[in-house]
Amino acid sequence: MALTDQDRIFTNLYGQYDWRLSAAQRRGHWDGTKGFIEKGRDWIIEEVKNSGLRGRGGAGFPTGLKWSFMPKQPGDRPHYLVVNADESEPGTCKDRDILRHDPHTLVEGCLIAGVAMGAHAGYIYVRGEYYNEHLVLQAAIDEAYAAGFLGRNACGSGWDFDLYVHRGAGAYICGEETALIESLEGKKGMPRLKPPFPAAVGLYGCPSTVNNVETIAVVPTILRRGAAWFAGFGRPKNSGTKIFCIQGHVNKPCNVEEEMSIPLRELIERHAGGVRGGWDNLLAVIPGGSSTPMLPKAICDDVLMDFDALREHRTGLGTAGVIVMDKSTDLIKAIARLSAFYKHESCGQCTPCREGMGWVKRMMDRMVEGRAEIAEIDVLEQVTRQIEGHTICALADGGVWPVQGLIRHFRPMMEDRIAAYKAARGGSAALPLAAE
Amino acid sequence: MSEEVVQPASFAFDPESEAAIAQIVARYPAGRQASGVIPLLYVVQRQMKRETGSAWVPLKGMDAVAERLKMAPIRVYEVATFYFMFNMKPVGKFHMQVCGTTPCWLRGSDDVLKACKEAAGVTGYGQTSEDGLFTLTEAECLGGCVNAPILCVDDDYYEDMDYDSTMRLIEALRRGDRPVPGSVIGRQTSAPMGGPQVLTDVPGE
Repeated sequence: MALTDQDRIFTNLYGQYDWRLSAAQRRGHWDGTKGFIEKGRDWIIEEVKNSGLRGRGGAGFPTGLKWSFMPKQPGDRPHYLVVNADESEPGTCKDRDILRHDPHTLVEGCLIAGVAMGAHAGYIYVRGEYYNEHLVLQAAIDEAYAAGFLGRNACGSGWDFDLYVHRGAGAYICGEETALIESLEGKKGMPRLKPPFPAAVGLYGCPSTVNNVETIAVVPTILRRGAAWFAGFGRPKNSGTKIFCIQGHVNKPCNVEEEMSIPLRELIERHAGGVRGGWDNLLAVIPGGSSTPMLPKAICDDVLMDFDALREHRTGLGTAGVIVMDKSTDLIKAIARLSAFYKHESCGQCTPCREGMGWVKRMMDRMVEGRAEIAEIDVLEQVTRQIEGHTICALADGGVWPVQGLIRHFRPMMEDRIAAYKAARGGSAALPLAAE
Repeated sequence: MSEEVVQPASFAFDPESEAAIAQIVARYPAGRQASGVIPLLYVVQRQMKRETGSAWVPLKGMDAVAERLKMAPIRVYEVATFYFMFNMKPVGKFHMQVCGTTPCWLRGSDDVLKACKEAAGVTGYGQTSEDGLFTLTEAECLGGCVNAPILCVDDDYYEDMDYDSTMRLIEALRRGDRPVPGSVIGRQTSAPMGGPQVLTDVPGE
């Protein structure tokens, strides 16, 4: 059964209603917030744990557990909440709708999360390109201050909490939590080695937790309706509702909040008008933003959209950016463009990524033409394995997974391309070998 | 910064910038003023837009940021050059940023690029038109993927673009009009074409 509007958290996802405080309250936000705060840190964390909420930014780490890593007793260093609104994963545009259409879900969530982690200040790091969105968010925060919901004695709870918006400036890497912290401190966005983890040494050297926008924004509704309500959606360990971004070769691209574990085919056909030219015209789907390896149609036929089902197929839910590609797509070119993206966005700190992303891009550009030897497909695959897992952060991993997914599922297409290139040149094209 | 850029001889924050800076520095704890570097670089870029019509960050502007935040100038330079949204040389009156990443490419961003080149009279990315009106930049994923392809003009996203709508937009800008940003095919933001299929029965609305 499909999710009903009564069970949707983001009731103004499309902005057809007013985002301002009074309208948000009419839709049920900021209701009983003081009471949740008074129940205290342990109760909030327990509810979030029981809800089964896993991080919505891509990695899917259990949120309640993450919050519990913050020091229980405040020491001499302040605690910080940091919200990752640097939404930059190609295929992802869900947090944008929260920021511009339902900002009070996030602002209220920040206060509650702040209490749960002992933080009196929070920073929301918004990607620089979301200029108009950040203005709405700031206006929502200003409204919350004026209403006494933020600042000293927030909501009359006795808890002081300040919330600030900080704009990034166009660097994908700042979506990585330690790069984001570096950037927020006024430096280049280069990831830090972990450990120490941010919960021990984060922003300004203080205990910090970085959460995705959607993760924080769903928490108030979870507390209002109960952990069991949220956990009732989706399969065990894959709980809740989720915003999906359905795009590419579908008839009606859109964002939609749906139940976790919904079959991919149902998601596309119910909400996005189906695949262009019909389901049988489907070639492949990138299920969770650009870093997640693509799935061929045969798997798409019955795969469920959740963390564990997609992991079983060696891909991931990621950010739930569903990129649909029909049979007209040059898949090799689609992936080569992603390789160009990762080359462009590598911060340059680690050699395997800085050099490797460029190498992979150049190889993929040749694969698009077919100007390669078939044995080079294996070389390409091997090199991606040497990049993966050998860098400080996961950008490099995410950068090579799309290529691995292409080789895994569509190697014959790459071989055909190479054969066609040779055939067009009389079967004996002299080719450069991979070590270029 | 290999090509010659004519740098202004000086830069001083104007009253509008000073007001913005006062708000910005109040956000960060004492002693952590370096956090203001990205926000202040934006302040510089906006002031240049007001003063010269071109949104960019000159050397003297970076020096002014360094002085204000008590940072070594090199720390400001490295931030300004690391992030892509700071223009290190003058740009046209309209900064057109075409998203060419896979989600937009699948929906026809090549056509948007082609129209930009033709209508604005530039040959490729990084170029500014001879009349100084348009600079063309390739953006990496702008995060509006269900409304692909996206053409970002300065701060505004124009969505669901194609060749014809791009031509019309550029002609309008040239005339001095500023069309309302968002979907150019009349969609309700990220809802599907034809109107929302969900959120039609929202409690409280």
